[in-house]
Amino acid sequence: MTDHAHALETSTGLDSRKLAIWTFIGSECMFFATLISNYLVHKGKSLVGPFAHEAWTDPATGQVMEPIIEIPLVTVGTALLLFSSLFIVLALYGAQKGNRKMLLGWLAATLFCGMFFVGMQVYEFTHFVHKGLTLSRNMFGASFFILTGFHGTHVTIGVIWLLTMFVLALKGKLTPNRSLNLEMAALYWHFVDVVWVVIFPVVYLIR
Amino acid sequence: MTAHVTAEEHAHPTPGTYAKIGLILFVLTALEVGLYEITYGESAGSFGHSIQPFFIPLLLFLSAIKFALVAMYYMHLKTDSKLFSGVFVFPLIIASVVILALVALQAYHWAFARSGG
Amino acid sequence: MATTALDQPHAHAAHAEKTGLWSWITTVDHKRIGILYGATAFFFFLLGGLEALIIRIQLARPDNNFISPETYNQLFTMHGTTMIFLAIMPLSSMLFNYLIPLQIGARDVAFPRLNAFSYWVFLLGGLFLNAGFLFGAAPDTGWYGYANLTSRQFSPGHNVDFWNMGLQVLGVASLAAAVNFFVTIVNMRAPGMTMMRMPMFVWMSFITQVLLLLAFPVIAVALILLMFDRFFGTHYFIPAGGGDPLLWQHFFWVFGHPEVYILILPAFGVVSEVLPAFSRKPLFGYAAMVFSGVFIAFLGFGVWSHHMFTTGMGPIADTFFSLSTMLIAIPTGVKIFNWLGTMWFGSLQFRTPMYFAVGFIAMFIIGGLSGVMHSSPPADLQQNDTYFIVAHFHYVLFGGSIFALTAGAYYWWPKMFGRMLDEGLGKVHFWLMLLGFNLTFFPMHFVGLNGMPRRTYTYPAELGFTLLNQIETVGSLLLGLSFLVFLINIFRTSRKPRNAPADPWNGATLEWAIPSPPPEWNFDRLPVVDGRDPLWEEKRKNGGRLPEPVAGTGAGIHLPNPSYWPAVTAVGVAALFVGIMMSPKWGPWGIVVSVALLFFGLYSWLFEKGYSEFRTPSHGGH
Repeated sequence: MTDHAHALETSTGLDSRKLAIWTFIGSECMFFATLISNYLVHKGKSLVGPFAHEAWTDPATGQVMEPIIEIPLVTVGTALLLFSSLFIVLALYGAQKGNRKMLLGWLAATLFCGMFFVGMQVYEFTHFVHKGLTLSRNMFGASFFILTGFHGTHVTIGVIWLLTMFVLALKGKLTPNRSLNLEMAALYWHFVDVVWVVIFPVVYLIR
Repeated sequence: MTAHVTAEEHAHPTPGTYAKIGLILFVLTALEVGLYEITYGESAGSFGHSIQPFFIPLLLFLSAIKFALVAMYYMHLKTDSKLFSGVFVFPLIIASVVILALVALQAYHWAFARSGG
Repeated sequence: MATTALDQPHAHAAHAEKTGLWSWITTVDHKRIGILYGATAFFFFLLGGLEALIIRIQLARPDNNFISPETYNQLFTMHGTTMIFLAIMPLSSMLFNYLIPLQIGARDVAFPRLNAFSYWVFLLGGLFLNAGFLFGAAPDTGWYGYANLTSRQFSPGHNVDFWNMGLQVLGVASLAAAVNFFVTIVNMRAPGMTMMRMPMFVWMSFITQVLLLLAFPVIAVALILLMFDRFFGTHYFIPAGGGDPLLWQHFFWVFGHPEVYILILPAFGVVSEVLPAFSRKPLFGYAAMVFSGVFIAFLGFGVWSHHMFTTGMGPIADTFFSLSTMLIAIPTGVKIFNWLGTMWFGSLQFRTPMYFAVGFIAMFIIGGLSGVMHSSPPADLQQNDTYFIVAHFHYVLFGGSIFALTAGAYYWWPKMFGRMLDEGLGKVHFWLMLLGFNLTFFPMHFVGLNGMPRRTYTYPAELGFTLLNQIETVGSLLLGLSFLVFLINIFRTSRKPRNAPADPWNGATLEWAIPSPPPEWNFDRLPVVDGRDPLWEEKRKNGGRLPEPVAGTGAGIHLPNPSYWPAVTAVGVAALFVGIMMSPKWGPWGIVVSVALLFFGLYSWLFEKGYSEFRTPSHGGH
């Protein structure tokens, strides 16, 4: 946790840690690109239901079942994740201006949204499993759970990171000259949000 | 360096701008879901059916705008060093091309496999 | 000359060289980490070489049963995986670590503790990968691990898991190191060293880091998908469940082709340093060298399917990937002409590193030409899966990478250890290696075109492959012998007193301005650069060789403290993958404990007392 005022005289004038987190984010683009490719190439390759958008017949009972995806709940989660991006940028603004109230308040709001999103995903996954969709059931289950699951893991790591920042802020250690610590977490958080901006239409809306 | 950073941060948007962007993002998300509803929803009529071919491009267009807004304003790429933009956008281009190529290659492969060739 | 901040309140009075095992475990000095990388990688290189020799003994006679087919599969898999991930890549890492900070005039890398972390993860990953041997379950599905050989159905044992988990651990190490070196090169250059003044080795290393950053996430995901197929019942690559084995090939080669350039670009960089030094001329066509490197890397992401022509991708894809592959011959040709142009009319000095560098050019051209041959799909259909391919990639990876890395070893050995390797033995090493290498791999072109398949443990006598295979085996023994000579050279040199001057080769780059071996803090004063060959500039101004630098005390220079937390965190990373592998037996507890260890190590690292508060303008303390 470095004193930002001591920032190095680097060749580019940019802080090395900020450059590092951007480099990492660039690398992560390829990580999610591969997962999204994996989802797309397996789209429509499920041999049995449940399907995402089409009704399906349960081979065991012969019953016709509803498509599995439920958009309203996910829309709420999506909106909250988007708002959390707004909240953390406001928290960062507070941190940079030394406004402790703003920092703590918006950071708490971000954390609430992040936790809600993870909770939403846990609920959704459990719900899907109850309806018979598992990793091994069909290709949709496999590629859906791995894509959204890895995104969820990233959100969870982000929540842990932001919790750490929250504790630092409470202790008064997130002073304006150390706000880069929060900025790095915020960049990661925005990236995770932006990945969801892609995943949401690709998985939930496109048939 | 310190002076440099402060100058940089002065260029950053204000909470008012952030809130406006937040509002636009919310509206765009609502548009995405709304578009889905009128195209495929329970009340989708003949109009919905007629715009089905445009659904995917429209949706991708909307989400690209959202993506760009978050990257430019919330991640500060618009005001920050161009180097950060490069470090992000270059992988993004490669990533997009790889996704498209893999989808195309696999689509051909499946069509070929199904035709029994 | 720029000066460093001398008013650091916590600056050390002077630095005594620390020794002992603990000092190596806790080191964050990029030079020590470089030596650790080098020693580990050289050990794995010898191991991989031994595996190759056993393979050659098995193939010395038709219908031989020196080893079983199963063992043969394990050996060729481990030979390939070891040489790529545990020998050539980390040997390049050794040079990245040791040289990048020295050549750009920095005190260390941007994140010294992250650098230590990378090494420890790499070491554990390498051991993990090889641990299969202890359980009689070494990986046996080839370094490419094609689906569906790797599925539970066809590989019920743990062989594939050792490979999969080992590679995932190694991927973590590579990515951490790539972020570190990328930032180091962008941000830690000495004043005046613009991007277009960087030594060519640094440029090629920089491009390599970009490739690592973009290629490794792809294989990481592919390996994770395979892991889910094997442990959690998915069917990504299993047709019976709706999956597609071909997808593995795509993912693998989207990573695998940039990986090829990750293996060769650092070698290009080494040769581009050695040739000018021994031609007494600046590198010919600097800018063309830079941009051809960038172009090679960029094209590297658009050619992957040329590894898959035989899968039948259709005329459009075949044409596209064929053309993009042929296009790569252009920037590569530019590089070769520039190397020749560097030597042209130079006053050539044939010291050992120069022998290997020139050998590199000749051998790499042969490998490059056969590469262009199978960029044509119809030709590739004939050559695919034969020894012709084996000949090709050994000419680029051994004749290319290993020749260049050996040149680099002889060239920078005095800088690293303060002792000159013996010239006579070095030349014996070179001639034995050149002869052995060509005897081993040149005949493979012929047996390959005659139809001898790769990865097959034996061949019948009637096919007429016997004589050429015997020549190959003799050649491989000579190759082994050449490295024995190298070992003897190292051993004899290590017993001699330190005799290397700071600048034994009259070099052009900054590392030769400081004593051999360099002090822990590298530069007493950070250099200011105003040209591409800063040391030659200085010598020209001086009117001759510079006086031997006097070793400073390092007083007033703050160095990052040693730390064991990177090693602890690395153990957490490796343990996580052991936990996943053992989860069918142990349940989730292995995973839970190792994640806890990982977080414990990480938080102890991030909040280590007295660490990050003190940063000086020459090295990051993160």
